Amino acid sequence: MNVIVCIKRVPSTETNVRIGSDGKSLDPAGVEYIISPFDEIALEEGLRIKEKAGAGLPAEASAQAGDVTVISFGPAETATTLRTCLAMGADKAVLLKPAAPVNPEPFVVASALAEAIKQMPHNIILCGKQAVDDDNSQVGAMLARLLNIPFVSLITKLEITDNKAVVHREIDGGYEVLETVLPAVLTAQKGLNEPRYPSLKGIMSAKKKPLEENTVTPAAPGLEIIKMEYPPIRPAGRIVGKGVEAVPELVKLLKEEAKVI
Amino acid sequence: MTNPILVFAETQDSKLKKSAIEVISEAKRQSDNLKAEVVAMLIGSGVEPLAKDAASYGAAKVIIIDGPDFKSYTTGAYTQALMAAVEKTKPQAIILSATSNGKDLAGSVAAELKTTAAQDCISLTYDNAFVARKPVYAGKAIITVKIAKQPAVITLRPKVFPASAPDASKSVSTEKLPVALSADSKRVTVKETVAAAKGKVSLTEADIIVSGGRGMKGPENFKILEELAGVVSAAVGASRAAVDSGWRTHDDQVGQTGKTVCPTLYVACGISGAIQHLAGMSSSKYIVAINKDPEAPIFKVANYGVVGDLFEVVPALCKELKK
Ligand SMILES: Cc1cc2nc3c(=O)[nH]c(=O)nc-3n(C[C@H](O)[C@H](O)[C@H](O)COP(=O)(O)OP(=O)(O)OC[C@H]3O[C@@H](n4cnc5c(N)ncnc54)[C@H](O)[C@@H]3O)c2cc1C
Ligand SMILES: Nc1ncnc2c1ncn2[C@@H]1O[C@H](COP(=O)(O)O)[C@@H](O)[C@H]1O
Repeated sequence: MNVIVCIKRVPSTETNVRIGSDGKSLDPAGVEYIISPFDEIALEEGLRIKEKAGAGLPAEASAQAGDVTVISFGPAETATTLRTCLAMGADKAVLLKPAAPVNPEPFVVASALAEAIKQMPHNIILCGKQAVDDDNSQVGAMLARLLNIPFVSLITKLEITDNKAVVHREIDGGYEVLETVLPAVLTAQKGLNEPRYPSLKGIMSAKKKPLEENTVTPAAPGLEIIKMEYPPIRPAGRIVGKGVEAVPELVKLLKEEAKVI
Repeated sequence: MTNPILVFAETQDSKLKKSAIEVISEAKRQSDNLKAEVVAMLIGSGVEPLAKDAASYGAAKVIIIDGPDFKSYTTGAYTQALMAAVEKTKPQAIILSATSNGKDLAGSVAAELKTTAAQDCISLTYDNAFVARKPVYAGKAIITVKIAKQPAVITLRPKVFPASAPDASKSVSTEKLPVALSADSKRVTVKETVAAAKGKVSLTEADIIVSGGRGMKGPENFKILEELAGVVSAAVGASRAAVDSGWRTHDDQVGQTGKTVCPTLYVACGISGAIQHLAGMSSSKYIVAINKDPEAPIFKVANYGVVGDLFEVVPALCKELKK
């Protein structure tokens, strides 16, 4: 089973967003970067697939049970993020660096990923359900289309048998059970698993694992970012009162001032 | 007349989704400026009777792709269906709602059209091309994008665009479009749909959300929130701390790595207001916070704050509302 996991490097969720001097993008000063949280879940699932396939096999056969490869489209700094993935347990990493700076909009990213993945053995491709910076939720679906393989988003459970996978997909008010032929692209939703932390041994061995860097020519973007702005400021919070005594006043405000009840 | 605007009108339980009505209404407002026609698309099994509803909100024409193959949503089948309508109508824009399925389908169709979808937009204008605003970093910033490529693929955030009043006198012109699924589109099959507890209000569609955090102290205590929710027809949400403690299921989580919600009223009980939680709910119209710590950051964004023990305040609130 060869698993490919698509990883995006994103600002930490703690980031207090400040807009850069171009008025169109995030000011990167002081920003810490992380693996997008849903991609961490995708990677964890990839590692579990491999561990399950290799379980009980002798060392040599288990080594041939397949690889987990992480791949990312992004600037040179993304190599650090991919090293963390290797430390978590991925076997190989591939970094696709755009030849010129480009806004990494989903079609640009998916096109570059698809071209690279076509050349790589793959039985299953895992993405996050969305990258937590641009919240686009579309690279996975695009990748499936460009590779002409099936797609299921928002999975919370995955079982693989032969050339098929049975997944649970989150829907409004419940879930669906779907079956797909493999290879397929699946996107990870919270609930699929709890990602592991890199172990000390993992961190040491990550240094020796292969990280391939390739420069790619990005596709033409379809969207032009005109500006970035802050959301409207909420009026300063107001304390109605303390404890149960405040309740009648609260209800009055909700009914008469806010008119929401 | 310019090229039409094609709308994917999502259905659920033999009805147009509320979000689909919002999308048709907005498409109609855009089309009036552009001198274009709104063509609504119904995909499903037994969806034909909904055509007149789509027309009542402003669709001049309704394309129907109906059959057992389309009973449940799968990306492959619905992409093939939507692309058949795109070829037929040559739209200048394809507008969907930014629901789970809407976003999923938008990405897939955008790839077919070799472009990127403007996903989860909160406003839409036209200036030689569609120009949309969309939140990024879970709402910590908003970007404005110009959609250069035609057809533009756009999804609209639910509950942001107003629904028009229906006009039942509008006549409807329908066209049934036969689509035979390709072998490729049949590679994914839905085996079973498991619904959560019946009557559960969905977080993303709810007008009122009552949410609990670590301050709830345990799963059994959520019954006081369920009761409050029952009184005001609200959905129950949770912070990540409550979800990670196993008190609530993952799909209840509100925040940057959970659901982004914008109800008219959000009641946060025993939630401190961490940046990741605020990211998911701070565009709510009104926020109420109940927390025993007067310094909790949630009070900074709450229109109405009550400092106190939620185990006393929530039941009292419930009682007062029942009066
Ligand atoms: C990558 C990442 C992603 C994250 N994504 C999310 C997300 O999507 N959503 C999210 O919510 N969090 C998210 N978090 C977690 C976030 O940082 C906080 O840890 C979390 O929101 C805290 O939840 P809480 O407010 O319920 O708990 P706490 O911060 O522990 O707050 C509990 C509050 O309850 C109050 N309280 C206690 N007892 C009572 C009582 N009897 N009556 C009244 N008040 C009481 C306390 O005063 C306190 O303010 C994320 C974190 C990371 C690192
Ligand atoms: N630059 C990128 N490099 C690799 N994978 C990416 C990149 N951007 C997005 N992805 C993958 O696609 C998923 C969805 O991203 P998005 O459509 O941007 O919300 C992410 O969770 C990643 O798995």
